[in-house]
Amino acid sequence: MSESDHTLLVMEGISKAFPGVQALDDVSLTLKRGEILCLVGENGAGKSTLMKILTGVDQPDAGKIIFDGSEIQAKSPQHAQSLGISTVYQEINLCANLTVAENILLGREPHKMGRIDWAKTNELASETLQRLLGVDIDVAQPLGSYTVAIQQMVAIARALYIESAKMLILDEPTSSLDENETAQLFKVMRKLKATGVGIVFITHFIGQIYEISDRITVLRNGKLVGTYETDSITRVSLISKMIGRSLAEFDEMTKIKLESSKHIKRDALLQARGFGLTGSIQPFDLDLHAGEVVGLAGLLGSGRTETASVLFGVEKPDSGSMSMNGSVVHDHSPLGSIKRGVALCPEDRKAAGIVDDLTVRENIVLAMQANKGWFQYLSLPEQYEIAEKYIDMLSIATPSADQAVINLSGGNQQKVILARWLATNPQVLILDEPTRGIDVGTKAEIQKLVLSLAEEGKACVFISSELEEVLRTSHRIIVLRDREKVAEFTGEVDENTIIHAIAGSEA
Amino acid sequence: MKKPTQPTFTWRRVTESRLFFPILALSLILIFDFIFIPGFFTIENRDGDLRGSLIDIFRNGSTIMLLAIGMTLVIATGGVDLSVGATMAIAASVAGILMNPSALKNEVFFVTDPYYTFQPLWLVIISALIVATICGLWNGILVAYMRIQPMVATLILMISGRGIAQLITNGLRVQITYRPYAFIGQGWIILPFSLYLVAIVLTITWIMTRKTAIGMFIESVGINFRSSYFSGIDEKKIKLLVYTFCGFCAGIAGLVASSNVRTSDASNIGLTTELDAILAVVIGGTAMSGGRFSLVASMIGALVMQAITQSMYAIGVPAFALQAIKAVVVILVILLYSEQVRGFVRNITAPKKEV
Repeated sequence: MSESDHTLLVMEGISKAFPGVQALDDVSLTLKRGEILCLVGENGAGKSTLMKILTGVDQPDAGKIIFDGSEIQAKSPQHAQSLGISTVYQEINLCANLTVAENILLGREPHKMGRIDWAKTNELASETLQRLLGVDIDVAQPLGSYTVAIQQMVAIARALYIESAKMLILDEPTSSLDENETAQLFKVMRKLKATGVGIVFITHFIGQIYEISDRITVLRNGKLVGTYETDSITRVSLISKMIGRSLAEFDEMTKIKLESSKHIKRDALLQARGFGLTGSIQPFDLDLHAGEVVGLAGLLGSGRTETASVLFGVEKPDSGSMSMNGSVVHDHSPLGSIKRGVALCPEDRKAAGIVDDLTVRENIVLAMQANKGWFQYLSLPEQYEIAEKYIDMLSIATPSADQAVINLSGGNQQKVILARWLATNPQVLILDEPTRGIDVGTKAEIQKLVLSLAEEGKACVFISSELEEVLRTSHRIIVLRDREKVAEFTGEVDENTIIHAIAGSEA
Repeated sequence: MKKPTQPTFTWRRVTESRLFFPILALSLILIFDFIFIPGFFTIENRDGDLRGSLIDIFRNGSTIMLLAIGMTLVIATGGVDLSVGATMAIAASVAGILMNPSALKNEVFFVTDPYYTFQPLWLVIISALIVATICGLWNGILVAYMRIQPMVATLILMISGRGIAQLITNGLRVQITYRPYAFIGQGWIILPFSLYLVAIVLTITWIMTRKTAIGMFIESVGINFRSSYFSGIDEKKIKLLVYTFCGFCAGIAGLVASSNVRTSDASNIGLTTELDAILAVVIGGTAMSGGRFSLVASMIGALVMQAITQSMYAIGVPAFALQAIKAVVVILVILLYSEQVRGFVRNITAPKKEV
């Protein structure tokens, strides 16, 4: 075969501008048949935009796309799909109230006498899930009744179901998967690769890049940095190409952490006793001290998010009690929590975090204003002042405070949510997966920020599915398993001890 | 502190403005009127009062404008209120019966004295508005606290409201002869009096939503109520407020409408106006799914609706065909908002690329 037969996709000189942002500037990319190409870069590097242009969600301002030997310009995701380009997006784009089977086969259900053949639909969906992904679940249940990880698997199954798919785009599919599930996904990817499907894989996990990819294309600030053979580039040089700065600050973390641990107050700021909610999280005891970062470790579904919800009052507890600054808490609601100085950065940024059509400014002042009530309205100059302060402090990349938050990249949206809660000046800050779907550079920034907030005298709860991150950031680690608090570690612990605690085996 | 930079004037900024399409729609209709209806733009000065077809659009449009104010807030939270027409009828019945209670004795009693009223005017107006506000409160409780879908919840009052209005007037049409009351809908102080009412309600609403946090909370709840809840916004209270306020606006509209026709006709006052009000808000550019809203744009939307009606009458479309023709025009207006037309306008006004 000639070189051109190997090439599946060529994108050349792609440019795209959004209001106030040059999202892509003359970016090129090639993909061969049977190749896994990792597309990497910081938040706002333009990875998602590039893929959205390929799949017809957005139209490019300039450039051309050659797919499978002919020039194409996808007008819509459906059009792209019919050409053989399937996509799984970063945020799950399925209908939570439809069943798993309906989600997989939506619009392609088998018919019998002019009506949908439900038995066959369920059978096909179940078979697809098992064959492709090795997932065995009841496909007649609504999608919403499953965890985010399973939903992600269903999204992949839906994309793969198209038999004519010549190319698959996976936009951060692993950000909500645990290790087993990721391994499963990689198995599927290798299988597809062997059949000649070209895969573009977007991820922030460096380990995964090296595990699965053949080549790596690096973007930074909407520009192409370069494309490299995975074998020929070291991790350190890859990361420095992605973030354009050195990694020395990572090692700083340990030093900062040790230093800050001296400032932890002895008296508990927030005290929970026998605190729990039936069916959500088993009763647990928890003390949070000013100046301390407490990490919650555990697998997906172990009760990390549930713990955060019940502490913040999203769900009302049905057992136990909580006191803050020595006084018993009665009002278990988000507003009540805000009033006593507790803040929660929720896990699901899209559904529970950002208010997408509101501006960056409005998103930032929202919780603070809710605390002040209807009539103590922050004047516009005050709002701008607060917004500008946090845009500077967290270096949120936005053309102005008046930009709608939906136009920002995922990581910057996360920073806006963080800003919203910092603006309420909380004493207790609960961060549920604050670095999910965020690039390496910003991750380090956020981790450092958490420690510096602790140093200022706040108590932080840090939840992450990346154990390494929890270890690096927390003074104390609580391990959850099967919706129950099972262990607590203070001081320096090594990764293995925690992994054993999570797994439930003796160290 | 950094000041937000004031962008310079460009056509693009004009066309990206929320008001651009509503104003364009209104202009197209008025241009049509200018060409086909002679004297449409003539405004006479009659004893210091301004009169003419253009003024009539404003005067007759005032009920829709009043309804659209409340409806804008309801739609911005992602809801809808179908009961405003029925609420108008209830408010009118309360007002009518308080001025002329003869219907209760099951007799039609013609009052000859134009200054006779059973209860003083202030009591009439306040009672009617309180009852209308309670109607709105009822909707708000159903939607916010009982978690009934807005369309279903307000449908209840839409259907039963006219029955309630008839119960109040004992099933009879109550003639309103009290002259001071007629001033609400027919009075003139240089401009029609009802327009001042619209201006007052609009100003109050604008202050309520834009000079307090309520407007931001309404939009936030309409865009993403879960995020709003996580941020400590009491979504139920916000919904209760907007439905209650929508009922209040419908009450004022009911007073204006009944004063206009000098009867409290329970089965006809405000009939299908809920749909005009909803369309007015949609033409004003507020999405039915909730979110960003503009009161001024809704007002222009209401004027578009009224201008369509008025123009149809002026060119001699018979009353029975009016609804059908109006539907066609509304479709044409909504087509203006389509992505295709927007894209076309965007292309025209896009900054020229440097080569």
